[in-house]
Amino acid sequence: MTDHKKFASAASGFIEHDHNQDGIDRRGFLKCMAWAGTGALYLAEAGVLTSTALGAQVGSSRKHGKQLSFVQISDSHMGFNKPANPDVVATLKAAVDKINALPDAPDFILHTGDITHLSTPEQFDTVDQILKSTSKEVFFVPGEHDVLNDDGAMFRERYSRNSKGAGWYSFDKNGVHFIGLVNVMNLKAGGLGNLGHEQLEWLEDDLRAVKHSTPIVVFAHIPLWTVYPQWGWGTEDGAQALSYLRNFGSVTVLNGHIHQTMQKVEGNVTFHTACSTAFPQPAPGQGEGPGPMKVPADQLRKVLGITDVNYVQRRHALALVDSSLE
Amino acid sequence: MLKTRSLLIAIGSLALILTVVLRSGNAAGQNAQVQPEIKVDNFTFSPETLTVPANSTVIWTNKDDVPHVIASTDGLFRSKGLDTDDHYSFKFTKPGTYNYFCAIHPKMTGKIVVQ
Repeated sequence: MTDHKKFASAASGFIEHDHNQDGIDRRGFLKCMAWAGTGALYLAEAGVLTSTALGAQVGSSRKHGKQLSFVQISDSHMGFNKPANPDVVATLKAAVDKINALPDAPDFILHTGDITHLSTPEQFDTVDQILKSTSKEVFFVPGEHDVLNDDGAMFRERYSRNSKGAGWYSFDKNGVHFIGLVNVMNLKAGGLGNLGHEQLEWLEDDLRAVKHSTPIVVFAHIPLWTVYPQWGWGTEDGAQALSYLRNFGSVTVLNGHIHQTMQKVEGNVTFHTACSTAFPQPAPGQGEGPGPMKVPADQLRKVLGITDVNYVQRRHALALVDSSLE
Repeated sequence: MLKTRSLLIAIGSLALILTVVLRSGNAAGQNAQVQPEIKVDNFTFSPETLTVPANSTVIWTNKDDVPHVIASTDGLFRSKGLDTDDHYSFKFTKPGTYNYFCAIHPKMTGKIVVQ
């Protein structure tokens, strides 16, 4: 934690604490702005987070036997054309350029939902076309914008034919167990994101076959932990899902939905949200509501970005690096 | 000169009368066609509770930059995804209280009271 504190003080002004006693742990919460043009490297070892400014560390960790590298992108909102970003095609392409320029090519890409703005086939097609130029396999989970009119039938047909239920699935890559969850379906009036009984049962069963020493990556659209319930930024039964992961040594939870990076560590679990590639949203409770936030045009690409994730088997660690598009 | 002035006054009076008549006619027409409307703006329904007589058709209009889905909690009605400035309407024939929410932003809730 020492390094983490060191970084926190270096970036003072961007770290907020829970002064409001509102139950939101803002320790380690870095607004997307803070990452602009810099990036930072997080190493999670057995649940303990350390960090350092982004530099040669990624390269050096590769020398120590990097096993796996992937990129998370999120909230591309294809079809959005309002003042907060009139050209989401250009910014998604910029994200792809960023991915293609990474010094260590990722093995695959995770997209944590809101692929489209309005769930139309044309919008899905456009994203697929743009992502093709990465030549990487892409794993998707749906956001609420991807399942607007058909309970997610089109999404599943395109992206998760072999999934269970509303589209959840798991797979293994290089010794890491990945679990894609769906928390944007069958939402209840007044509530938050929702996994539902059937999915929770499947998750508990899926984890029975996984050794506790295996690193776990869980990805879903809406944060699985409660970020800001007033704006619906949380998952009703997320705690239940996390209780099944209690005995695993290293758990990383990757989400989107809130269009800004946020990170916290609780025991063995590192929670992280990615920036959008389309438009930013305000920090929790700042401003009138959770809608698209207009920033000056020359600032836009500084608040959009991608997340690069590296797993170093020897160190039993996942390193998360956020970087903005500019 | 005098004749011209009288004519002008007569024309002016006629115009005034016509305006008054047309305006009142318009107002009557508007009253007959008035439709209860709910604005969806900044992730809230406004008004949050709307009281209407039976057989009213309620219109929702999305004023947000993001889509919303109007859905009754008991499954009676559900709109498609409404983009900015899209409308959705539903006719309430029976008296009662109808709770609804946004199916993709479930923190947004509202109520139609039909008398």
